[in-house]
Order: sequence, then structure tokens, then C-alpha cells
Amino acid sequence: MLDRDEDILKAAEDWQKAGRGVALATVVETWGSAPRPAGSSLVINDEGTFLGSVSGGCVEGAVVTEAMDVIASGKPRMLEFGVADETAWNVGLSCGGTIRVFVEKVG
Amino acid sequence: MKLAILHELNAERAARRPVILVTDTESGEQRLVKSADFAKDPLRAELDKQLRMGKSANVEVGGKKLFLNVYAPTAKLVIVGAVHISQALAPLARSLGYDVTVVDPRTAFASPERFPDIPLVAEWPDTALPPLNVDAYTAFVAVTHDPKIDDPALLHAFERNCFYIGALGSRKTHAKRGDRLRAQGARDTDIARIHAPIGLAIGAVSPSEIAVSIMAEITAVLRLPPKEKEEAA
Repeated sequence: MLDRDEDILKAAEDWQKAGRGVALATVVETWGSAPRPAGSSLVINDEGTFLGSVSGGCVEGAVVTEAMDVIASGKPRMLEFGVADETAWNVGLSCGGTIRVFVEKVG
Repeated sequence: MKLAILHELNAERAARRPVILVTDTESGEQRLVKSADFAKDPLRAELDKQLRMGKSANVEVGGKKLFLNVYAPTAKLVIVGAVHISQALAPLARSLGYDVTVVDPRTAFASPERFPDIPLVAEWPDTALPPLNVDAYTAFVAVTHDPKIDDPALLHAFERNCFYIGALGSRKTHAKRGDRLRAQGARDTDIARIHAPIGLAIGAVSPSEIAVSIMAEITAVLRLPPKEKEEAA
């Protein structure tokens, strides 16, 4: 993949320097027809503002919720979403793929 | 991610230098490896491969699960010569994800009507090229057939260490070009870097087919490991 990411990593740095709590969520593995490739990322701050995408919109809501916990605890966490998992189906990765997302605090 | 790592990652990305972020997905430990340091890294084989493919991946090393996140700059293509082939080459390269710029001092050639939506610079190479930040993530092709334009452009491409340099012209034309460039200070190793005749030998006839052969050759240079690259050439 050629790097076409809008500058969300720059935003992560700027937010952190401005004193916000920031988390970075990165797709680390995909199976089946996942919408975004490994390496795609989403940056979330403690106000719930987010930039980027890990699934083209399907599971971002759930990732943002988890990111809030990661910002609070400072402990990284691995999330998995897929059609085989009922909860994941509820948050809607309806494309039929499965993704694993690593969520970590910045700073 | 530590702020220091994020800061360094952003600095490398801004400078268009490739890096790989290695994350232990169980412990959360991370380190950033610059491409200049790949050779002395214990993961060098994996790092080289993933960077070449421009693809992030998981590897398991010594019982550790590592995620290698590849940050490669967007590849650029600079086309010197707003000729018929370039009209096919520019949109094709763009569809492959390249940032494309066309340079030709001849305004009759470098016109927006002939190149809709493609950045055009209607200046001589010595004026046009320096602001384009031609670098090691740039493929560079010279297709004007005019030594007054192609030669200075190629000298610039040598200096900037483009990952691919191609020039239009038969073997005979290319031999003469080599003599001229040497007279202007180019080394034999520079001249050996020029792919000429340009493009993979697929029997291309039309401008669009020649564009396909050029992009196929650029893709091979970008993606294949060194040994297979030689076999494809």
C-alpha cells in the first residue's frame, strides 16, 4: 500500500501536545474481505473526536468506546471484529471480513 | 505509542523516508526502524520484504508476536516530455497510486487540453525539476527525444537517486546519449541505471501499450527482490 493516509498521525501528535488524552487504533490483521488493509489507523482523543478509519465506518463507534478505556488505563488492548462474532455483527462489519485492531495510548 | 516515537515517525514521513514501526502486540512495546538501519537489524529480511511490498504484516520471532507497520512515502512519477506516450502514461500511473507531474518547456505540448487534471510544468528541466523534490521514491522518465531537454533531466535524476530512471530511444540512440552524458560528468554507473529502451519488452506498439510496458517495468523495479528483478529485465 502506498501511503495515502491523510495526516492523522500528525493530528495525534498535535492533540497530545495540546494536552489531550489520545489513543491510536491500528488494523493489525484482516481475514476475508476486510474494508481497510493492515496498517490503517484511527486516532481518537478524550473528547471522542476521531480521524481516519479502520473499517470504512463499520466498527469505528465500538473502537472509539474502547479507546476511551485505553486512554484512561494506559493499557493497550487487542480488539477483534467479524461476522462470526455476534457482538461484532451487531456493530456491523457486514462486509463479511474479520479484523483485529490494536488500540494503544499515545504518550 | 511513546510521544518520542510518534514524533520521530512523523518527522521521517514528512521527509519522505520510509520507516517500519515494530510493535509487540502482547506487551505493547515498540520501536521504529529507519530504512537506513535495516541492514543491521535482526529482522532485516522481514523488514526488507515488507517495505518492498509496501505492506504491513505480522511476524512471529522468538516467541514474540510482532506487527510490522510499513510507512512508505507515496511514490512519484516525473515525466519529462509532454508527448503522446505521456498522455497515456500519466493517467495510468495515477491509477496505480503515483503522484504524477509532467515537465516540458514546449508549451504547445505541455497544455492542459492535452493533460486534463495532471500537474504540468512548462519550464526547462533546470527550472522545473528542483522544486519537485525528486527523490529515491521517484520514478523518472525522459521521453522527449530531444537531448536539450532529456539530458539535463537525466543528470538531475542521477543526482537525486531515483529508484527508476527510464529514457526513450533505441539502443543506438541510447549509446549516443551515454557519450553525451559522460561528457557532462555522468559516471558509467549512472548511465547503467537508465532503462533504455524504456519499458518491458512486451511488443508494445501504441502509446497506451508503451505506457503499460513502462509502468510494468517501474512496478517490477519497485516490488521485485533484486535477483528476480534482473531476470525480469
